[in-house]
Amino acid sequence: MTLRSLPVGEHGLLIEVDSGEAAEALHAELLRRAAARKLPAVREIVPAARTVFLDGLADPGRLAAELPGWRIPPLDRGDSEIVEVSVRYDGPDLAEVAKRWGVTPEEAVRIHSGTEFRVAFCGFAPGFGYLTGLPERFHVPRHATPRTRVPVGSVALAGGYTGVYPRSSPGGWQLIGTTDAVLWDAAREPAALFTPGTRVRFIPVPGTAGPAPGPPPEGTAP
Amino acid sequence: MTDSAFVVVRPGALTTVQDLGRVGHAHLGVPRSGALDQPAHRLANRLVGNTEGAATLETTLTGCAVRLRRPATVAVTGAPCPVTVDGRPVAWGAAVRVPTGALLEAGTAAQGVRSYVAFDGGVEAEPVLGSRATDVLSGLGPAPLVDGAVLRLGPPGGPAPGVDGVPHRGVAPQLVLPVVLGPRDDWFTPAGLRTLATGEFRVSAASNRIGLRTEGPSLERAKDGELASEGMALGALQVPPDGRPVLFLADHPTTGGYPVVGVVPEPYLAAAAQAVPGTPVRFTPLGRVSWGPPARRTGVGGP
Repeated sequence: MTLRSLPVGEHGLLIEVDSGEAAEALHAELLRRAAARKLPAVREIVPAARTVFLDGLADPGRLAAELPGWRIPPLDRGDSEIVEVSVRYDGPDLAEVAKRWGVTPEEAVRIHSGTEFRVAFCGFAPGFGYLTGLPERFHVPRHATPRTRVPVGSVALAGGYTGVYPRSSPGGWQLIGTTDAVLWDAAREPAALFTPGTRVRFIPVPGTAGPAPGPPPEGTAP
Repeated sequence: MTDSAFVVVRPGALTTVQDLGRVGHAHLGVPRSGALDQPAHRLANRLVGNTEGAATLETTLTGCAVRLRRPATVAVTGAPCPVTVDGRPVAWGAAVRVPTGALLEAGTAAQGVRSYVAFDGGVEAEPVLGSRATDVLSGLGPAPLVDGAVLRLGPPGGPAPGVDGVPHRGVAPQLVLPVVLGPRDDWFTPAGLRTLATGEFRVSAASNRIGLRTEGPSLERAKDGELASEGMALGALQVPPDGRPVLFLADHPTTGGYPVVGVVPEPYLAAAAQAVPGTPVRFTPLGRVSWGPPARRTGVGGP
């Protein structure tokens, strides 16, 4: 694994790797070392698409110098419980997504619900996870113009990611369904249903596959 | 316990409950939040005998007014403003005793943007992930103050310790912000980095608790396209496609896909939070921290 250390201010370290999978493996190793008290005190460990950001380090240079000597085991995908999320596949973009994939909407539902996802990282809003797992041929672009309002619980796709909107907000992802799952509950421990590393499977609610009738959404990409 | 409370009579442009913020949850997409001018927040608490983590009110430009339902020791710090109790002027930047039923008003800031109103006992609210801070990006924490809202106060403490009134540290006519370059300074041409160092920027009126936006010259990019989303630091100077740097303040998103040319060290962020729209901004790049790889890599841009 090639690690590149980049300075972030006086107390931050951004570690860049070659792939999303490598970033997840590095994040898992950082958490293992933190749990074993083999990592210097740090305020935040933030995994993302190709990086892990460590903030609040007293001496980021010292950690950067140590990194090349680390042995980082490949990601173990089978180590966590699977979170199952019931989905009504009734999103306004389901037909468009299916067309891009070259399949029927019913087949698109089978592909999405047949995939084991993994929360690569969180961001955008508390409880919003970027879920990886869809093969590259199923990656789809964002809408050119974001919707001004995406309903809470919308299950959506963009790039190589799947996500669920934890609250109503603007958004540019392709909406394929909705869920009643509570993505964020401050009274719950952890508050987020999706935390980095969580395995996720979407379970279709029987009889709900297929786009909901209604006018096309505003801002849909051509 | 509505008797240990105050009623909002005038919420002002934006008044929020703030403390030292919620640290350690960025990986869940939770911003740090907390008072933008932390020294002013801490001072207000010390003046009334609170611990520094007690919640205060953070006002924006136009202050706020509240009616007390219990006697309270109160202090207003941060942006200097007229402070009155039932219309009578009282000291700014000092502990003031306010009786039950009295109207406490922090007026429009004479300089700066954000004033802090501390009450002995602190503002009580349901903590979210250990903090009572209002986060305007994600909506965590208590809602911003509205007319007629009733907010609880914690149990009053003993007499305030011996902290006297303090002179305001002053608001500089120009905001000068040191910048530690990286992690993505190599996404900008040498000319773009020169623009950062020499350009005359101004604080944009679109600034808020999420970021201090700037108007001025555009930083020339060496690379097109978007970065894959990556973790964002407090004080990050993110450069969106229009080339104008945005300084990330307490409610900034935890990840982002625009390149960060450098990071402003935390001690300078309080001054940034007090800079009114139109204030001239100069960035003084400090170079990269010494352990980092060279700022210029082969094959990147050119003069």
